[in-house]
Amino acid sequence: MRINAKGMHYRPMNKMIRDAVASGEKEFELDNIGGQRYIGAGLNENVKITINGTPGNDLGAFMNGPKIIVNANGQDGLANTMNAGEIIVHGNVGDIIGYGMRGGKFYIKGDVGYRVGIHMKEYKKQVPIIIAGGTAGDFFGEYMAGGIMILLGMNGKSPLVGDYVGTGMHGGVIYIRGKVDPYHLGKEVSCLELSEEDTKLISGYLKEYCEYFGFDFNEVMSAKFTKLVPLSLRPYGNMYVY
Amino acid sequence: MESQLPAEFIVNINHERCRKCKRCVINCSFSAIEFKDKVTANNRQCVACHRCATFCPENAITIIHNPLDYKDGYNWSPEIRKNILKQAESGGIILTGMGNPRPYPIYWDHMLIDACQVTNPSIDPLREPMELRTYLGAKPEALEFEGDIDNISLKTELAPQVKLDIPIVFAAMSYGAISLNAHKALAMAAKRMGTLMNTGEGGLHEDLAGYTDRIIVQVASGRFGVTSKYLNNSALVEIKIGQGAKPGIGGHLPGEKVGEDISKTRMIPVGTDALSPAPHHDIYSIEDLSQLIYAIKETTDYKKPVSVKIAAVHNVAAIASGIVRAGADIVMIDGFRGGTGAAPMVIRDHVGIPIELALAAVDDRLRQEGIRNRASILVGGSIRQSADVVKAIALGADACVIGTASLIAMGCRVCQKCYTGNCAWGIATQKPELVRRLNPEVGADRLCNLLTAWGHEIQEVLGSLGINAIESLRGSRERLRGVGLSQETLDILGIKHAGIGQ
Repeated sequence: MRINAKGMHYRPMNKMIRDAVASGEKEFELDNIGGQRYIGAGLNENVKITINGTPGNDLGAFMNGPKIIVNANGQDGLANTMNAGEIIVHGNVGDIIGYGMRGGKFYIKGDVGYRVGIHMKEYKKQVPIIIAGGTAGDFFGEYMAGGIMILLGMNGKSPLVGDYVGTGMHGGVIYIRGKVDPYHLGKEVSCLELSEEDTKLISGYLKEYCEYFGFDFNEVMSAKFTKLVPLSLRPYGNMYVY
Repeated sequence: MESQLPAEFIVNINHERCRKCKRCVINCSFSAIEFKDKVTANNRQCVACHRCATFCPENAITIIHNPLDYKDGYNWSPEIRKNILKQAESGGIILTGMGNPRPYPIYWDHMLIDACQVTNPSIDPLREPMELRTYLGAKPEALEFEGDIDNISLKTELAPQVKLDIPIVFAAMSYGAISLNAHKALAMAAKRMGTLMNTGEGGLHEDLAGYTDRIIVQVASGRFGVTSKYLNNSALVEIKIGQGAKPGIGGHLPGEKVGEDISKTRMIPVGTDALSPAPHHDIYSIEDLSQLIYAIKETTDYKKPVSVKIAAVHNVAAIASGIVRAGADIVMIDGFRGGTGAAPMVIRDHVGIPIELALAAVDDRLRQEGIRNRASILVGGSIRQSADVVKAIALGADACVIGTASLIAMGCRVCQKCYTGNCAWGIATQKPELVRRLNPEVGADRLCNLLTAWGHEIQEVLGSLGINAIESLRGSRERLRGVGLSQETLDILGIKHAGIGQ
C-alpha cells in the first residue's frame, strides 16, 4: 500500500495503516512524510513500512513486530517502549530514543541525541539492541537495566559521547568504538576490555548493520572498543535504613 | 556499631493462659516470638502487626508501646530521637511504609454534610432507587441528537467511557509492592462490584487475564511490563506522574523482591532492581505529556480513556488544567496522606498538600476555564470512610480511590513495615509462605462487603440530602458546611461556615 502523506494529519493516516494491517496488508510505502507522529505505534504484526521523508516523534512507540525503514532523519522518541521489530534510520535521530525499549533492533546510520536507551530492559531471550554510527549526547544508557547499545563514532567527531554515560545503570552492556574519557562516565559503570565473546556477539549485529548502511565491516572492527558494564545490580541498595 | 535503639513495643505473654500451642511463633514473620520451654518475645523485633495476638486462641498476648523507651517530650519526641539514632548508626535515608501518620489537619472532619427537612423532603433509600453509577471519561460540550421523537439517536460522538457501579475505585498498588493474592482479591472484587482495580507500575500478571475490563493499567517512568497488549487489555490507561505519599520522587523495588513471577510480569531479570525514578525522561513539558497521552491513544485506537495521576502539590490547579488541555480524559489527584509500600520518611511526612484543598482548587480552576467536562476527576490519599467519599464528590470529584482502606479490609494492621517484605498478613510480601495466608476469595469477599457497606451508607446520605443520584451531588459545595476552619480555608474549599444559610 502506498500513501501520499503530503499535508495529512497523523491521525487519519495512522488509522488507515492500522485498518489496512487488520485486513492483511503487509507492506507500506509512505511518501512525503513530514513530521507525522506515532507511525507504527502499537502495531503487532510483521509488516514492513518504508518512510520517505522525516517522520515525527514517537515513531514505533509500543511497537511489537513491524520493520520500519526511514529514508531520512528521525526526530525524538523513536522506539519508545518498543517490544519487538526493527527500525532502520538512514540519517540522524533526536532525543530519548529507545526509552524503556525491551526488544527488537534499532539501527541508526548517523548521530543520536540526548538520553538514548534510558530504562532499556531485557527479559530472558528478549534483548533490545541499539546501534548508532555517529556520536551521542548526554545521558547515554541512563538507568539502563538490560539490552545492548553500540556507538561507533564513524564520522570522526569528538567527543564520541556526552556526559553521565550509564548513570544509574544496573544491567545491560554498552560498547563504544574508541576511548571514553572517565569524566564522561556515571558513577555506576566500569570500563572493561572486550573479550572474545564480546567481539563475537557484536560482530553478528555489526555485519547486519554494515549491510544496511554500506559501512565496511572490517574498518568498523579495526578500531578498539570500550565495554561499559554496571558495577552492581543494586546501585542504590545501601541508601536506606529501616 | 552496637545499636542504641530501644524496643518500640513490648510483647506481654500471659504464661498462665498460654497453652504453648506455638501458633504465635508460627505466625510471627518478624522473628519477634520464639519458643524455649515457654513462649518468649524479642521485643526489638516486634512491629505491632498483631498477627500473634489475633491468632492466639487463649488471648494470652498483648502488645503495648514501650513506655520507658525515652523520657517523654513534645519537641524531642521519642520518634524524633529514635530516627536520629537510626541515622547516626547507618548514615541512610529512613525508609517507611503506609500513609503519613503525623497530626496534620484532616479537613474531611471539619466539613459537614447538609440534610433536608420540611420544605424539600428527604428520600427513603430503602424504598426508592438510588443511583450510584458514574461514568469516567471526557464529556462533550453539548449533546446533539438526530431522528424524530419516535426514533431518536445520539449524534454526538462520545469519548470512551468507563462505567462504575459505585464511585470508589481500588488504588494503584503494584504486583511487587503487594502480593499476587492481594492483586487477585482486588481484581475479583472490582469485577464483582462493577468498579476498577489498578495494576500500579508492575505490569499485569497473567492470572488477571480474565479481569482486564476492570483493570486500570499504569505507565510510569520505568515502563515496567508495558507493551501494546498490556495497554489494550485494560479498562483505561493511567500515566503516573506523581504519587501523594512521595510527590516528586519515584519508586524502587529492591532486587531481592524480584523473583521469578515478578520478573516475568515486570519483564526484567530475576534479582535486578526495578528503578522507576520520578521523572518520565521523555516528559519535560505539557506538550511532552500530550505526546505520551496520544502515543497511548494511537496504540489503543482511541478506545481507552487515558488518565494522568499526579500528587497534590501547591500548584496542582494549574498543572491539572495543563493535563486536561494535553488530552487526558481523567485527572487523578493523590493527596499527601496517601499510602505507599515504601517512601523516605522525610518525603512522606513533609511534602505535598492535603487532598481536600487540592481537589477544591482543581475543580474550581477547571470550572473557571470552562473545561471541567473534558476530564473526570479521581481523588485519593486517605479516603477512610463513606463520608469522605460523599464530601469529596460534593467538592467536585467524580469518584474516589481507596488504597489503605482496601488493604485494611483484607487484614492489614497498618504496622507500616510494608517495605520489609515480611507482611504477616500476606499482603505486602512476596514470600510464598506468607502470601498464602491471604486467601484471594476471602479477601475479595471482604472488599466486596466493604464497598457494599459504603454504597449503602452513601445512599443513606444521598437520601438525607434529598438527592437520588450521585451525579446530582457532584461539585454541589452548597451542600457542605465548614466547622472550625479559617476563612481562608473555607474560601479555598469554596464552602460556607456552618450556621450560614443560603
